[in-house]
Amino acid sequence: MLFQPINKNYHDYRIERDKDLCINCKVCIRQCAYEAHFWDEARQKVRHDNTKCVGCHRCEALCPTGALCIRLNESEFRPNACWRPIFMKNIYKQADTGGVLLAGMGSPVDIPVYWDNLLLDASQVTNPSIDPLREPMELKTFLGSKPDRVEFAAPAKGKKGKPKLTTKLAPQIELNYPIMFSAMSFGSINFNLHVAMARAATELGICYNTGEGGLHKSLYKYGKNTIVQVASGRFGVHAEYLNAGAGIEIKIGQGAKPGIGGHLPGEKINEKVSETRMIPVGSDAISPAPHHDIYSIEDLHQLIFALKEASRYRVPVSVKIAAVHNVAAIASGIVRAGADIVAIDGMRGGTGAAPAMIRDNVGIPIELAIAAVDQRLRDEGIRNRASIIAAGGTRCSADVVKAIALGADACYIGTAALLAVGCTLCGKCYTGKCPWGIATNDSKLSKRQNPDIAARKMANLIRAWGHEIEEMLGGMGLNSIESLRGNRDKLRAVGLSSTEMDILGVKHAGR
Amino acid sequence: MKAPERYYDFQKDISGCGIFGVIHKKKGLIKGEIPIKAMACMHDRGNGLGGGFAAYGIYPDHADKYAFHLMCDDQAGLDAAEEVLKRYFTIHASEPIPTRRVLSVKNPPVVWRFFLSVKREKPQDLREVFDEKDYVVSVVMKINTGVPGAFVFSSGKNMGAFKGVGFPEDMAEFYRLDEYSAYIWTGHNRFPTNTPGWWGGAHPFTLLDWSIVHNGEISSYGINRRFLCEHSYICTLMTDTEVVAYLLDLLIRKHGLSKDLAAKVFAPPFWDEIARMSDEDKELYTTLRAVYGPAMLNGPFAILVADNTGLMGLNDRIKLRPLLVAEKDDMVFMSSEESAVRLVCPKLDSVWMPKAGEPVIVNLEA
Ligand code: SF4
Ligand code: SF4
Repeated sequence: MLFQPINKNYHDYRIERDKDLCINCKVCIRQCAYEAHFWDEARQKVRHDNTKCVGCHRCEALCPTGALCIRLNESEFRPNACWRPIFMKNIYKQADTGGVLLAGMGSPVDIPVYWDNLLLDASQVTNPSIDPLREPMELKTFLGSKPDRVEFAAPAKGKKGKPKLTTKLAPQIELNYPIMFSAMSFGSINFNLHVAMARAATELGICYNTGEGGLHKSLYKYGKNTIVQVASGRFGVHAEYLNAGAGIEIKIGQGAKPGIGGHLPGEKINEKVSETRMIPVGSDAISPAPHHDIYSIEDLHQLIFALKEASRYRVPVSVKIAAVHNVAAIASGIVRAGADIVAIDGMRGGTGAAPAMIRDNVGIPIELAIAAVDQRLRDEGIRNRASIIAAGGTRCSADVVKAIALGADACYIGTAALLAVGCTLCGKCYTGKCPWGIATNDSKLSKRQNPDIAARKMANLIRAWGHEIEEMLGGMGLNSIESLRGNRDKLRAVGLSSTEMDILGVKHAGR
Repeated sequence: MKAPERYYDFQKDISGCGIFGVIHKKKGLIKGEIPIKAMACMHDRGNGLGGGFAAYGIYPDHADKYAFHLMCDDQAGLDAAEEVLKRYFTIHASEPIPTRRVLSVKNPPVVWRFFLSVKREKPQDLREVFDEKDYVVSVVMKINTGVPGAFVFSSGKNMGAFKGVGFPEDMAEFYRLDEYSAYIWTGHNRFPTNTPGWWGGAHPFTLLDWSIVHNGEISSYGINRRFLCEHSYICTLMTDTEVVAYLLDLLIRKHGLSKDLAAKVFAPPFWDEIARMSDEDKELYTTLRAVYGPAMLNGPFAILVADNTGLMGLNDRIKLRPLLVAEKDDMVFMSSEESAVRLVCPKLDSVWMPKAGEPVIVNLEA
């Protein structure tokens, strides 16, 4: 179009409005946070500006007559295998702004999704499959450090009776499903969803993670199902907070942006966020890239034990890292530093905001990371000392099953939980204008999320996955999740190289 | 220990089976024909690709010596194995295991037995192994993985395994088991679906005094063997029974669990049962499950475990394979099928099906 900046010309979406169906009710105008729809006084009808559309599909979903359809803009550049349109458009944008490219949600780039190359086993004849509707099927999971062995004191001489247990189990987080809601800070998503996660987790008997934005005082009552996070910004961290949950997590890194910190813009810091994070309203909340008290593994060791002291050794301490090249060695160091849980976030993990270059180019896929870490810890004889949580890019219950078979104790889900409440992965979370009322603190938008409905949807999702996991377990002839954990014999690869299979520790299908 | 290269790349034997065991609580001797007839009765539970027996109390004259049973491809294999044994043990007796020629038993290996005691002066490489049993296991592993054509298939005291490729009754004929009497017998009839017959692959599977016969498929095998590897047991024999043996060794001998608790690790109570227990038991079983989850045996199984103190029978926790227990005076029978017991002992005091996951432990009276 004439007279507009070059990057506006090559917009990503087209809004199609069926003229016959549109009744000019203006719903779309009210729903679109990006002002793509507007009322044209002169023509007396609703019109739209395609260049403003981010493809969130909110207007389409809410249009009462179904008049709207959001499509990819078909406009095509001359095909070029190297200079794909995304690179061209990015350059136009940066030439205009001089800024870093921002991105939201998990990376959409085409790095292999190994889940899709792993297939599960099932019983036939030689062992019976187990029907979860008729037989017990156990998903209960304990996260935390386990001793090398269980010890007993023999009954006193001459006395009869059972040997007495002398081993005291270190603090554990008990989960009814091997799934938890991943760290999404209050601020990056709004209060309504924090309430929803807390309620859903409580109802399900699992945990949600506060993320790095502290815990609002009204949510302390869900503490038994809460993991409180301590990140480099230390937002909202105080003694009461550390003692509020069932576990404490030190966030070192995030899969979507390994090696860099975070930045919650001042516009998102409203009253509630401000009191929870303990920073002034409207001030930017900046999390430094490293913790400024952790410059080495021995510093981490100190922080782990400082937190254990602060919480009187009542809860396990987790350390979350991004999956990077040396993840196995790093995880081993973390376990030796005293962590009870290691959470590993793969490069497809979601984010509220990350520089696109980092998100799309730094880190490794979670599947390889989990396999490498689990094997390394076993090789070193310390696998029992810490549980492993896989995070980043878990799309369905089969992914959970595969992660556990590779060696994870449980999975964190973030993106999937947001999808459950309506997110369409438009990837514009960093604008703070999420039309679905998720990644926004704007009260007009955030009220689109009703905590009751959102809690129900999140709980439904986990229950549904739970049923599916039970079916898959039973099909494999197992009736307890611990017999799947690390049982890579239940996995076969399709279309992977021998190096990939060697890292994953699985055989090719047909073998 | 660090897992060997490509440890994940293994083939595993899949088989169905028939099992039988009998124990005389007062150590009264039971003639070989009892287990032989019982196993023959369950002929159809096998396909002739593996059969065997274990017998306790058969070497009273050498009761304090380790009785090593070896099978060797040829004389050279036996000689090589003997060299190794000489290095680590004092040999008190060395003789062929008596056999008969049996038409249906083709190409049997050379079978030999040694009665051994540990040398006072241990050779350099095992000097640091202080525990005598660990020492014996190390030598067994040395031969089984390092001496081509030789395999130790039994290494306990006052007991022995007798096994090979064939139906159990053929094996009994071959090893002349009708000439032995024992206070515990176990027998195994095998229905492998994928392994070519190998004599060493037949059951009972033994480690020191432990002998195990097992009917079932352990679906948790993949994690059981990785767990064992963490504890320095390398599974090489492609059979489920191997993990049972090593786990027993780890849990009972090394970690000091009772047989009963080991059985509870193999087939733990369900969480909803644990929820209904007393606080003390709740803590016990929660701890046991949390720590030994990777050692749980999941999948259909019925196993009989014998050692010099008694006989134990155990089913998986939803009883997917048959196991029956019967009593007659001081004798206790455990079997896949009742018919096998009735054949050798028609009048029984009691017969019952043990509950899923509930071990039946019969101890020898001292
Ligand atoms: S941004 Fe969303 S609400 Fe606005 S026009 Fe596009 S799809 Fe519709
Ligand atoms: S949370 Fe909102 S802004 Fe972010 S991807 Fe989902 S719909 Fe888009």
